[in-house]
Amino acid sequence: MRNMKLTLKIWRQSGPNAKGEMKTYPVNDVSEDMSFLEMLDVLNDDLVRKGEEPIAFDHDCREGICGSCSLFINGEAHGPGRMITTCQLHMRKFKDGDTIHVEPWRSGAFPVIKDLAVDRSAFDRIQAAGGFVSVNTSGNLVDGNAVPIPKDDADTAFDAATCIGCGACVATCVNSSAMLFVAAKVSQFALLPQGKPEAKRRVLAMVEQMDKEGFGNCSNTGACEVECPKGISLEHIARMNREYLTASATKD
Amino acid sequence: MARSALLGSSLAKKYWMALTGLFLCTFLIAHLAGNLQLLDMSPEGQLKFNAYAKFMTTFPLVKLVSYVLYASILFHAFDGFLLAVQNRKARPVKYAHEKAGANSTWYGRQMALLGTLVLVFLIIHMKTFWYEMHWGELGLDVDGNKDLYTLVATVFTQWWYVALYVMSMLVLAYHLLHGFQSAFQSLGLNHPRYTPVIKNVGVFFAVIVPVFFALIPVWMFINA
Ligand code: HEM
Ligand code: SF4
Ligand code: FES
Repeated sequence: MRNMKLTLKIWRQSGPNAKGEMKTYPVNDVSEDMSFLEMLDVLNDDLVRKGEEPIAFDHDCREGICGSCSLFINGEAHGPGRMITTCQLHMRKFKDGDTIHVEPWRSGAFPVIKDLAVDRSAFDRIQAAGGFVSVNTSGNLVDGNAVPIPKDDADTAFDAATCIGCGACVATCVNSSAMLFVAAKVSQFALLPQGKPEAKRRVLAMVEQMDKEGFGNCSNTGACEVECPKGISLEHIARMNREYLTASATKD
Repeated sequence: MARSALLGSSLAKKYWMALTGLFLCTFLIAHLAGNLQLLDMSPEGQLKFNAYAKFMTTFPLVKLVSYVLYASILFHAFDGFLLAVQNRKARPVKYAHEKAGANSTWYGRQMALLGTLVLVFLIIHMKTFWYEMHWGELGLDVDGNKDLYTLVATVFTQWWYVALYVMSMLVLAYHLLHGFQSAFQSLGLNHPRYTPVIKNVGVFFAVIVPVFFALIPVWMFINA
């Protein structure tokens, strides 16, 4: 298989307050077996050799489990392809001669740090507001199997817990809404007996923090579910809508 | 507390959007049922329609419901405006290259634009009929009722008004195509068994209701 020649149009921005722009980079010799990030590594290698500033982008595990990698590629979060992150996107999805647009996640709540890297700490603050179970873990461990949980509930909670906090849902939403992420984090506890005691406080606090961070509202377009690398379902958003409604109506 | 219950949070805003939106959907059914009487263009049909219009503008319970309706339209529009402003602010820098069609429908993303067009139509529509019925100079029919029928028939002899009406119903159809099922999701009413049913009913509703509304001016224009 012949290697590909591609034209990349990449967002460059030297710092948080700097003015950015789309810059064009030709890359030759791209193997279809490379991941998208490896292709960027090759480009960066080239830039460093030429004495230019390499392109900053987030990455860590490179196997689709950490949620670090981002990138809005050719108008879609994590590029074309479903149920994958950018590190799982292979260059065989592209053709020789293609032009590829690469932009950072765009959301007021995810400010650009540099080039393609954005600050997603808003997600951490939402999680810290209520996405936990308060238990004293010093010396009073309870056997996990001592609490019976219906299998379906356990499975649905697990599905919600597969959210890797990548932010593709926000990036792809026309309103920059974080509903899918927050709903996943609310659901993973709401379905389990361990999460029930704090359920009300949790959903109220997490939604309040979500609004404070400046994410948009949910229009139920469903784009997040399509672009989410873990296939988090809109059913979790409905569950959060229910949880929040009953919590607001019954809180003291 | 009061703040968060009414409009304080993003979710509360959506509950009100859904509740007012669904209430407006029930109103559409009632309004359509009344309007369909206009298809009977005989002299008796005209008298019957005028008598119905009188009942609708004078019967106390109907009047009460109509005030709730005006409030719902205004609140739905105001709430929608608040949501749209926040949504725009949430993405200060737009994408240079976007392929939104790959993951969502254009009408789902353009609810605010579609809603605004519906509002423009509602204003024109209420000026033409509602305002004239209440405060205009309408003649009386042989039963002594205000002759709304003749006003409607005259307005619908103008091709451009008929065209505006039909176009507006197309806009409404798209607003409902997304809005009907969206309202249930906003209220948290999502269920593996019922959601597919709600979605199908929504598509049916979004097509049938505007088509019948649009049929009336077209029918009256052709048979004038
Ligand atoms: C007969 C007239 C109307 C009906 C039956 C109707 C119905 C609905 C329904 C059922 C929804 C879904 C609510 C949800 O997503 O939870 C909705 C959403 C919406 N409507 Fe209307 N509507 C009407 C008129 C209007 C008008 C006049 C406006 C504004 C100027 C408007 C603006 C909106 C907006 C902005 C949304 C989307 C909110 C969001 O992003 O989630 N609508 N409508
Ligand atoms: S819900 Fe999906 S898209 Fe959103 S942060 Fe979690 S894994 Fe990423
Ligand atoms: S680098 Fe960890 S998910 Fe892509």
